[in-house]
Amino acid sequence: MVLDELKIGGLGSSRRRVEDDRFIRGKGNYVDDIVLPGMLHMEILRSPVAHARIKKIDTTRAWDMPGVRLVLTGEMMAARNLAWMPTLSYDTQAVLATDKVRFQGQEVACVVADDPYIAKDAIEAIDVEYEVLPAIVSPEQALAPEAPLIRDDKANQQDNVIFDWEVGDKAGTDAAFARADVVSKIEMHYPRSHPSPIETCGSIADFDRATEKLTVYMTSQAPHIIRAAVALVAELPEHMIRIVSPDIGGGFGNKVPVYPGYVASILASILLERPVKWIEDKTSNLMSTGFGRDVYLQGEMALRADGKILAVRMHTDSDHGAFFSDAQPSKFKIGLMHSTFACYDIPTAHLTAKGVYTNKAPGGVAYRCSFRVTEAMYFQERMVQAAADDLGMDQAEFRRRNFVRDDDFPHRTAFGFLTDSGQYGKCLDVGLEAIGYEDFLKEKEEAAKRGKLLGIGISTMTEPLGAGNSREYDILGIKMFDSAELRVHMTGKAILRTGAKTQGQGHETTWGQIVAHELGIPAEDVLVEEGDTDTAPFGMGTYASRSTPVAGAAVSMVARKIRAKARKLAAHLLEASEEDIEWELGRFHLRGDPSRGVTIQECAMAAYSNLPDGLEPGLENVAYYDPPNLTWPFACYIATVEVDPGTGVWDVLRVVAVDDCGVRINPMIVEGQIMGGLTEAYAMANMQFITFDEEGNCIGGNYMDYLLPTAWETPGFELHEVVTPCPHHPIGAKGIGECATVGGPAAFVNAVMDALKGHDVRNIDMPLLPDRVYKAMTERTDVSGAPPLRME
Amino acid sequence: MTSLFEEITPEASGDVPTRKITISINGEQRSANVEPRLLLAHLIRQGFKLTGTHTGCDTTNCGACTVLLDGEPVKSCTMLAVQANGHEVTTVEGLAGPSELHPIQEGFKDEHGLQCGFCTPGMMLTAKALLDRNPDPTEEDVRWALAGNLCRCTGYQNIVKAVLWAGDKLRGEADGGEES
Repeated sequence: MVLDELKIGGLGSSRRRVEDDRFIRGKGNYVDDIVLPGMLHMEILRSPVAHARIKKIDTTRAWDMPGVRLVLTGEMMAARNLAWMPTLSYDTQAVLATDKVRFQGQEVACVVADDPYIAKDAIEAIDVEYEVLPAIVSPEQALAPEAPLIRDDKANQQDNVIFDWEVGDKAGTDAAFARADVVSKIEMHYPRSHPSPIETCGSIADFDRATEKLTVYMTSQAPHIIRAAVALVAELPEHMIRIVSPDIGGGFGNKVPVYPGYVASILASILLERPVKWIEDKTSNLMSTGFGRDVYLQGEMALRADGKILAVRMHTDSDHGAFFSDAQPSKFKIGLMHSTFACYDIPTAHLTAKGVYTNKAPGGVAYRCSFRVTEAMYFQERMVQAAADDLGMDQAEFRRRNFVRDDDFPHRTAFGFLTDSGQYGKCLDVGLEAIGYEDFLKEKEEAAKRGKLLGIGISTMTEPLGAGNSREYDILGIKMFDSAELRVHMTGKAILRTGAKTQGQGHETTWGQIVAHELGIPAEDVLVEEGDTDTAPFGMGTYASRSTPVAGAAVSMVARKIRAKARKLAAHLLEASEEDIEWELGRFHLRGDPSRGVTIQECAMAAYSNLPDGLEPGLENVAYYDPPNLTWPFACYIATVEVDPGTGVWDVLRVVAVDDCGVRINPMIVEGQIMGGLTEAYAMANMQFITFDEEGNCIGGNYMDYLLPTAWETPGFELHEVVTPCPHHPIGAKGIGECATVGGPAAFVNAVMDALKGHDVRNIDMPLLPDRVYKAMTERTDVSGAPPLRME
Repeated sequence: MTSLFEEITPEASGDVPTRKITISINGEQRSANVEPRLLLAHLIRQGFKLTGTHTGCDTTNCGACTVLLDGEPVKSCTMLAVQANGHEVTTVEGLAGPSELHPIQEGFKDEHGLQCGFCTPGMMLTAKALLDRNPDPTEEDVRWALAGNLCRCTGYQNIVKAVLWAGDKLRGEADGGEES
């Protein structure tokens, strides 16, 4: 009898999660849960001002406090060539400030003490004298002719510009605009946001003088990148560095970069020869670690009167803070911004991008997004709505008219990406049907007669997930492949390790499902381990929705290598030639006689006990997977809202999500990812942002100022699916973790803007706070949310 | 200096003032000499080694540190350990015995009410307080009760379902084992 794949927890099974068993008992093992013998505690003194020259640091009082073991300053770091470190974007970043502080919250000094209370006391006892300099909090200020130079530490830096970058066809785009019947325009600021996992960043560095081995337990989404960085920065031998990412309390991109606290804790452990723990508090996390977004978007679209998009022109000014430490592929300066409009058939396009330094925290990370695609898709879908409005066309019809057609794949986008599959029109239809589009339009018209403002917003997009291929994608020159190692024990149970690192995505559950699909070994017989660089094969980690597209593919490929060897063992056991053997799930049988066969478990036993001559013993292998292309999931998100004309408060009525992420390994987990993403989309549209005043003070440095949605505000979600398998992924899967965060915000904003139709408003910057909406409605004006925040 | 952080010892050395407190934690009486400024969350985590209680925000907003104090949910990161003197504290480790699960724990697993797991203990304890008070809550009741606990992974929908699932199961058991 052929095995039932669903019964062994294979593809398509909503298998309950393995990792939950420890989490629901409070038995997770997060960094702060780890206690090592003799462990000391580190705290960081941070700059209270955004831009200042350091005149003097006096640590005498701190050193004198009982229980203080070490006070580290930039000067001491500099003596060891560690005051500065390279960033993931080929810039440098201060570990502890020596010359100037360049953002509020920057690391100035560290105290290591017997317990964190003493360390916090001692931080207060460090006296720093600052000469305050003018602060820059926006690209406009950074690019002004008389702007103070932020990066005067860099020999050749004459201004605050980090890069000028362009992509696309300028001449072709200009020509298309000259032919246009209508030109639509929009300008927006995508505000600075913070991924803000509930668990902050932290590390425990443990340098053992006897063995010369450095072990670092840390909150890293990419432990192997960290090992490489530590080897390069601290000049320690790579084989004597072990990075362990234990359970991680959410990442969302925040836990990809290398932070000064990690480096300082490592040095402290080396100097003191004791384990040193550093756990950030929430304010430090929000004020100093990798933010997302903070990009000014300007766009123009050339249109034919019948609704055909002829060309798109786009410019971005991005605010990277004081150090260019974006975590992104090195070839693309503004991430994958140029993936914008990938789902639309547009002949030509041109993008220019300027990046600037400001006196704000560094670290533009892919906050639940594949390197700036969130900004790219927000721009795209806001631009699309503006264009449909200018043409007087229905917004759904305008999208349908411009979609890449199902029979037009592979499709080369105007910016050069190759999309390979999709049923965009079908996704949109499923969404419109689910929301009851025509009925809602009637309802909206009726409501308007009673003075009620209803709106409907659509966002459709395909996004590039799963970097790389290694031709185009690398970080610091390291190619973006990934890996899996599978060891099948003699009883047919197995251990699987990958170069990815789960942070809630459920790899411990889903990787076993891929093995079950490939080998017929029940998923529950596969133990999954990730995050320890001493045992896991080298991989680039988990972010940018790359786990399933890359590491997940490696799991398939390594299982297929195991199956190929098992076939030899089966041939030996069945006394037949390999060619005469056929595979069914979990079993080989003789061609023409399915009754004569051996199970994969029997093959595993033979690998250790009954080998044919000349065959290497054991049943284990490793696969490194370099994907031929990105994966291109597609989504249609539709939101309906009601805006209160008296207050500007808006409520979500319904949210419909249609996601096409190809084959779903575990539908339950996929839906969980989508709902989480939709919530972050809602958060960004509604409340979540970090801004700055004129002095560079961070507004949003704690959960009282940085608003995150609770169960009370968060709307319910209605999920639907379309399945177009990825043509190049071994099991047809695509990335999914970030689609809703990427595509979702525009659905909410478009819905509010639709409700305000007739108020002469083109744009309100996110978040659509009631006062902004009210101002837009009553003053019939666009509302900018760009800093500096003005207290009026 | 204090020795209180790593190990709860009978006496702290030096000139740090301490107070002796006794707390019933998960049904077990525990005593400790603590600095008056020691936070309850730290006593639970470092002192009693019950690391299922997490600290997330330090400002009473996120709820990862939620424990039950005499059955009521409190944020242990902004409560002093001395304030818990003489009270009963329940943490996630006290929800059920080692080999069994509370229906709330079962519900969270069955309804996929967690992803990274960091907010989960606090969520479950808040849910327990709700179900103890209101065994048959509506979805709206659950959402309101959980509004002091933040989750960044799930979008809450499955957490709400998990709590309703647990409520159904608990009532079913109360009715004689039949699940409603």
